[in-house]
Amino acid sequence: MVIDSATLIAIVLMALATYTTRAGGLWLASHFDLSEWAGAWLDQIPGAILVSLVAPTVLMGGPAEVLAALAVVIVAVRTGSLPAAMVTGVGTVLLLRILEANLL
Amino acid sequence: MTEERVTFTLAGALAGARRCIPIAISGCGIGLVFGTLAGQAGLGTLEAALMSALVFSGAAQFVVLGLWASPLPVATIVLAALVVGLRHLLMGAALSPVFSKLPRPKAYASVFFMADENWALTMNEFSKGRRDAAFLLGGGFLMFLAWTGSTFVGGILGGAVEDPARWGLDFAFTAVFLALIVGMWKGKSDILPWTVAAAVAVAANQWLPGQWYILLGGLAGSFAGVMRRGH
Repeated sequence: MVIDSATLIAIVLMALATYTTRAGGLWLASHFDLSEWAGAWLDQIPGAILVSLVAPTVLMGGPAEVLAALAVVIVAVRTGSLPAAMVTGVGTVLLLRILEANLL
Repeated sequence: MTEERVTFTLAGALAGARRCIPIAISGCGIGLVFGTLAGQAGLGTLEAALMSALVFSGAAQFVVLGLWASPLPVATIVLAALVVGLRHLLMGAALSPVFSKLPRPKAYASVFFMADENWALTMNEFSKGRRDAAFLLGGGFLMFLAWTGSTFVGGILGGAVEDPARWGLDFAFTAVFLALIVGMWKGKSDILPWTVAAAVAVAANQWLPGQWYILLGGLAGSFAGVMRRGH
């Protein structure tokens, strides 16, 4: 197992690029006095990012993904448990995909 | 929220790690796949594991595998990693009200370990009024060990898990994010920003390549939310 020098350079530069994006948002937001408006905007980011992460899978996925998402939401509302929601999601989507593959 | 004291304790790190256990287990499945595909793309096992340790970003790493060729298009690869990482700018900014109160070395070491999942759990933690910033690092470090270790194992096994969708693993993160969204729901005022975020993300995912949908949906949704508040 050897490491090729061009590969090493590419990996190190990728790491720098990725770290810059990780540190950059914190740096920018910490170095400028935030107005009340900017503070209110920061509060809105987590929900908007999370919704964006799942929207294509949930809204444009097949019946298995849509039904599994529904099951996850029901379990999350009822139990508030993250592991329970995850197991429900993976289990439901697995089961429905097997059903889909064998019925269609 | 800016008036409260921010701590950075071992107990906070352990709490973050504990919350991340199910996510780290799913992450191992994805890491095995990455190690396998990296081998097929021509990366050695050690090189793939090094990439997982230094870059620590599943999204960026899968994208660059598609670009891996001989001779190596280094500039294209680095640019792709940068573009895929742009969503981190928003995520880091969202951490700033709490993280700007930490000593700089702690804050800037912690964000190396910021991935979508432990960031989302940390924002969830902060929203409940708990302000131990080590929560991000604890969860991230566990995910880092799982991701790097499973990449290495995947490279050695080569071809053990080729399709995460076969095991439903691709849906694990979607399920976690959905559960966090449920916990974040504050009332009717969330409907507009979240609808805008979803609509823009779906449209961007249809028409733009790669990961732009996360950044664009996040920007559009958060702006819609703050504008609505503004009047």
